[in-house]
Amino acid sequence: MKAWFEHNLHSLGLALQTLRDAPLASLFSILVIGIALSLPAGLYLALANLDRMAGGVQTRPEVSLFLKPGLDEDRGRQLARRLAERGDIAQTRFVAKADGLKRLHEAGLSDLTAGLTENPLPDAIVVSAAQTEPGAVERLAVELKSLPEIDQLIVDADWARRLAALIDFGHELVLLLAALLGLALAAITGNTIRLQIYAAREEIEVSRLIGATDRFIRRPFLYFGTLQGLLGGLAGWAIVSGGLYALESALERLASAWGSQLALHGLSLVDGAILLASAAVLGFLGAFLAVNHSLRKLQ
Amino acid sequence: MIELSSVTKRYPGGHEALADISLTIERGELAFLTGHSGAGKSTLLKLIAAIERPTGGVVMVSGQNLSRIRRAALPYFRRNIGLIFQDHKLLYDRSVFDNVLLPLHIQGMGGNDAAKRVRAALDKVGLLKRERARPITLSGGEQQRLCIARAIVSRPQLLLADEPTANLDEDYARDIMDMFQAFNQVGTTVVISTHDQALVGRYGGRTIHLSDGRLVP
Repeated sequence: MKAWFEHNLHSLGLALQTLRDAPLASLFSILVIGIALSLPAGLYLALANLDRMAGGVQTRPEVSLFLKPGLDEDRGRQLARRLAERGDIAQTRFVAKADGLKRLHEAGLSDLTAGLTENPLPDAIVVSAAQTEPGAVERLAVELKSLPEIDQLIVDADWARRLAALIDFGHELVLLLAALLGLALAAITGNTIRLQIYAAREEIEVSRLIGATDRFIRRPFLYFGTLQGLLGGLAGWAIVSGGLYALESALERLASAWGSQLALHGLSLVDGAILLASAAVLGFLGAFLAVNHSLRKLQ
Repeated sequence: MIELSSVTKRYPGGHEALADISLTIERGELAFLTGHSGAGKSTLLKLIAAIERPTGGVVMVSGQNLSRIRRAALPYFRRNIGLIFQDHKLLYDRSVFDNVLLPLHIQGMGGNDAAKRVRAALDKVGLLKRERARPITLSGGEQQRLCIARAIVSRPQLLLADEPTANLDEDYARDIMDMFQAFNQVGTTVVISTHDQALVGRYGGRTIHLSDGRLVP
């Protein structure tokens, strides 16, 4: 056990030495890995912030409730107040039928009511949903429809559906990018290891002749791949955080234009740990495949 | 210790390096493989070290049939053999000390015990004072002695040396051969390939002569 531990420590030392011996080449490899990882990580972060922003902007999905003709205006206003107390409703606005007619005129649509002796519009309540998910808005609409005071309603959830679809698409894109760039990371590591093995082929041959197992030969390369992946992950994290810092004030201006006070969030510790672990695992896998392939060729 | 029965070795392309070789080398024996260049001496050593596999026949070393040995078992088999190469096969980017440490390291030995054994091996071959040097700074004879130190540090039962004195002047060659004789005298089986007949005569071991891949009686 002690020997196994010592050899692992020695292999780790060799991997660090390899990084130290070629600092510029190591730095470039780590940067390339970092940039490759920062793309899916950055997109993931952008989506997470967009998700958060969508919950904070004032343009919430709205449901327009048209009250039954002949319903007393006071009852309509009471209903608006009652609805505003619900958890799934952010706010309500009562629109009296007189106000509705006035708006129609202001919008240049007075021709529509010309010739009518009475105001044909009903009183209405405009309800802003607390949640932006289309499913939640539709559930709310079904509940409101069953209220005895309601004659008709119109759900305006299109924009929420579009945003949700956009975010879903973004998540798929993150997965695809992560898979592709993860493959790139493994390929970069594999290629570096392949070159290292080529340079160390005499040492490998000698080691084999004096009794080294493939496991013994493989270990320093696996440590190197894992270490390079880990450092690439750290570089990716730093690039994403730096990019976020650089864009923060511009994004805040954009958010305030939407009436939202958005605080941008970087990668959480858990997200960062997942990024580092994924990078290390991909580095290990790239090294494992390359070292096995190269050792077979050196047989 | 070593038993070859009707061993043949044919390389891709049809060249027959060894043909119908049968011989036995007993434990503790000092044996010289002699013959002209291309006679099959190196091939025979490679078969005994399981670096090559025979095309036909059986090679038994320490009770193991090398024709059938599993790939995974090869490293463990080789740890019981000390190999000395004509071209030394040293690691030139490591110190003299680290070169000798490598076999012990491979066998999972480290720390003070390993360092003591490395220094004892270097002392035996007269290189203790050069332990921090890089092999490239050593003379040809010193590099060969370093190769011997690496071969003996794990105290193998069998030493195989392929033309260990080639390219060395007479004094260096005698030094090296004296060392092999000393190892043999403490019970190590030593097989040396050489084309230097005069050297063989001086040490009185058994001579196995090869010509065109065949044993010469």
